Amino acid sequence: MASEGGERGERLMTTTRRRPDLDEETPVTPELEKAAEKAESRRGFLISVPAYGYLVLFFALPLVLVLVYSFASRSSTGRTLLEDWNVESYRRLFSDLVLEISARSFLLALVTTLLCLVVSYPFAYYIATRTPRIRNVLLVLVMIPFWSNFLVRTYAWRVILGSDGFVSQISQAFGGEEIRVLFTIWAVLIGLVYGYLPFMVLPLYAAIERLDWSLVEAARDLYANGFTAFRKVTLPLSMPGVVAGSILVFIPSLGAYVTPAILGGARETLLGDYIVSQFLTARNWPFGSALSFAVMFVMLLATIFYFRAGAKTL
Amino acid sequence: MSARGAPRTLVDRLLAGHSALVYLFFYAPILLLMVFSFNDNDNVQIWTGASLRWYRAMFENDAVMSALRNSLVVALLSTVVSTIIGTMLAIALERYRFRGRGALDGLAYLPIIIPDVTMAVMLLIFFFQSLGIVNDIFGTSLGAGLGTITLAHIAFNISFVAVVVRARIAQFDPAMEEAAADLYASRWQTFRRVTLPLIAPGVAGGALLALTLSLDDVVITQFVSGPGSATLPVYVFGLVRRGVTPLINAVSVVMLVASMILVAISLGFQRGSVARGQGLADPAALEEDLRGSRSDAETSPAI
Amino acid sequence: MQRLTRLVALIAVIAMVLAACGSDEGGGDPGTTVPDTSDEMVACEADEVDGDLNFYNWTEYIDPELIAQFEAEYGVDVVEDFYDSNEAMLAKLQSGAVYDLIVPSDYMVAIMIEEGLLAGVQKDAVPNISNLDPFFADPAYDPGGVYSVAYQWGTTGLGIDMSVVGEDFEPSWALVFDPDLVSQYAGGISLLNDPRETMGAALKYLGYSLNSTSEEELQEAADLIAAVKEYIRAFDSDNFDETLVTGEFAVTHGYSGGYFTAIDDTEEGWDRFTYVIPEEGGTVWIDNMAVPTTSEHPCTAHTFMNFLLDAENGAALTNWNFYASPNAAAEEFIDPEILEDGTIYPSDELSERLEIITDTGDFEINYTDYFAIARS
Repeated sequence: MASEGGERGERLMTTTRRRPDLDEETPVTPELEKAAEKAESRRGFLISVPAYGYLVLFFALPLVLVLVYSFASRSSTGRTLLEDWNVESYRRLFSDLVLEISARSFLLALVTTLLCLVVSYPFAYYIATRTPRIRNVLLVLVMIPFWSNFLVRTYAWRVILGSDGFVSQISQAFGGEEIRVLFTIWAVLIGLVYGYLPFMVLPLYAAIERLDWSLVEAARDLYANGFTAFRKVTLPLSMPGVVAGSILVFIPSLGAYVTPAILGGARETLLGDYIVSQFLTARNWPFGSALSFAVMFVMLLATIFYFRAGAKTL
Repeated sequence: MSARGAPRTLVDRLLAGHSALVYLFFYAPILLLMVFSFNDNDNVQIWTGASLRWYRAMFENDAVMSALRNSLVVALLSTVVSTIIGTMLAIALERYRFRGRGALDGLAYLPIIIPDVTMAVMLLIFFFQSLGIVNDIFGTSLGAGLGTITLAHIAFNISFVAVVVRARIAQFDPAMEEAAADLYASRWQTFRRVTLPLIAPGVAGGALLALTLSLDDVVITQFVSGPGSATLPVYVFGLVRRGVTPLINAVSVVMLVASMILVAISLGFQRGSVARGQGLADPAALEEDLRGSRSDAETSPAI
Repeated sequence: MQRLTRLVALIAVIAMVLAACGSDEGGGDPGTTVPDTSDEMVACEADEVDGDLNFYNWTEYIDPELIAQFEAEYGVDVVEDFYDSNEAMLAKLQSGAVYDLIVPSDYMVAIMIEEGLLAGVQKDAVPNISNLDPFFADPAYDPGGVYSVAYQWGTTGLGIDMSVVGEDFEPSWALVFDPDLVSQYAGGISLLNDPRETMGAALKYLGYSLNSTSEEELQEAADLIAAVKEYIRAFDSDNFDETLVTGEFAVTHGYSGGYFTAIDDTEEGWDRFTYVIPEEGGTVWIDNMAVPTTSEHPCTAHTFMNFLLDAENGAALTNWNFYASPNAAAEEFIDPEILEDGTIYPSDELSERLEIITDTGDFEINYTDYFAIARS
């Protein structure tokens, strides 16, 4: 909001010029300026009203309800009692079990994000440096697999990674051993990376595609070393893409539970899985609400922090 | 364009090889699920011979067809509504200064960063409370169903549409709109003749994204659905639990083909309407992500 | 403008919270619109229909032909909707979803009765109720069968790949909990991803009740699972039958009906695979038909119950999904192979050691937590 004052003058010029219904002869008085500004502000507000109303009603309000529920108590039949308000659910957030589950999920999400980044960067770089026509074809090819059903794709991986699967059969054909990838952490990582790779590829592509290549050329002349030029110019310039992609991958990985269940056999309790079980097994809605809210809150803080950090490197 | 790519070097060849591997990674499961949709056996993992029986079974299965219908109705409705509201939101945020803009900016990004499960749960609680109130006040007996699913899908789609459209709006010069205004075009004329054609690729991209998200959502839909309103992903999720038959593959292949046709149509549409070589609107979606995220960081204190 | 927005939002939130509290005082019913008793229900007659049937059932739990037959016979549509856990179904009903007929399991019937979600069964409208085996007419979770009518029942046990485990194994939970035994199987094992079932199995092996409410006993059970965890390759409630017959796992923990079709479809069939109920005992579960208080077409619901309790229709259900029927009159129409199968219809001696899962009230959250601890 601090920038509002600075933009005011520029805004005003646009405003007066854009209003053909104002007589051009009319001298621009401070009152008129103010009126025009007010009208502009009202118009902006009016245009945003549907979205504002919708998001407040169907997003902000539900979010407040989750907060209210998190302070409620559980009846012995598992009903949520909106009485006996307490902070017990929040106290439980700091139990060893929850902290351990959180740490594990965090680590998994982090590794998934890093893997996605390592795989995507050269890939996005390659696509972004093609001619526009080839670029578009390559991008559509990235999207197509994701028009099928998520579960079916995951089950297809199960067939590939099973002990009778292709990976194992290829290994055996070359005289190797039967390889069991399914129901290991590797299968989970493959599944998660597969599922979220496009979220990383797309922002990276956009960032690299918009690079000012003359800077890269200049850096090449300066450092005369492709790698140094990349490290000192290309990478920092594409940082916004790295940040956006990392967030888009990290968030869903942190809450993922279907992929770890199908490909990893749910051998360890993860955060998403633990939240769902609070709602659907233990029927402990207050605790489930507190957990959900805490996850979202931490995610929000992390996002803001990450963006700030990312913005600084620009 | 040729200036940006270095001459074909070892690095370039390595990149090409890496990209080929990534595409293999993308398509291996897809090819497999297509092949197995023609499997004659009840078990997906055991191949016994080629047949079309699962495609026949799919069209004869009432539950599948009704789930397919539900999916399409919800996807189309939520796409249309969220595209309109989301585009208006994008215009307001990108072109106007008004009170409460900062808060709205923050609010508009929350649905993107919130975990699925959290959103599902909060909408379940919300509909459970609000439908009760509405029914108490008006004496109706409204319940969860296609309506609540559609409302929920719109809620998360608005933000995604807005983000894509904003990227597009930010790309073009407001001077073009001003020029139209100088020519005594009315506000509506300016919007229809100048703004809309310019942002069309973004709007199409946003709509496409909304359609995909709506068609693939399981978690949120499952929590807010009601009698007879299971969508295809929810039905598939239930089927998977009772053992995976190639029926699911057949359903998935049909969805894939339908989506590809949609993409082809929208690509054609964009080729007609875009002057610049910008092409597919999805790259714009990426751009908006970073663009949006940066402006998000700037305004985040308002959250 | 901003002030206005804030005001509206504030009022809405307050209204909602107040209404939520208010509905709680009013009988403490989260469904808010749910009527209290079945007194308000219209009285139905046998074979009466009052509209289409909204049927909320487990996925793939009824032969589609039976549905088609009912639709043709009574001229109404059956709108099917599916759930995959009792708790998901409960959450839906509590949030005001309107269904005419549901199929809750034993412990869930007890919870739903206490929550006032079930309308009583009008026995006059269900003459075929006399076909029920007397054992099911008066279950512990619904004394007198006032609110529910048994639909089908089954057990939880172990699927065995005898090419790995050998032909002469002891039918015991030791097959999955004894590290010396489990470590010998190539391929490892899977257990159900369900706190009550899996903790329950461990409790049974330790000689406790599977409805234990002792934290010490739960801790022991969690330790038992943790001790064999390196051999447990998956906690899986969905594909225990498939992973067995594809040779992925040597022993899997699962529900009786699931195994039969899967094993029948394999080449080696029952020569290689089998299903056993461990001798220490295990879970027996009973699924029941019940009419929610919100039902808009209770008469069609009762007619449908009566239809399924018919001897031939009840048999058709079992012949299709391989779960045992509570319908005594149906037995003569059930495939003899199914009827004689000791794992679908366990012997009386074994039946005595089977236990029904009951809701443990406040203690329930401990099952989820100790199960999470066992998996850590």
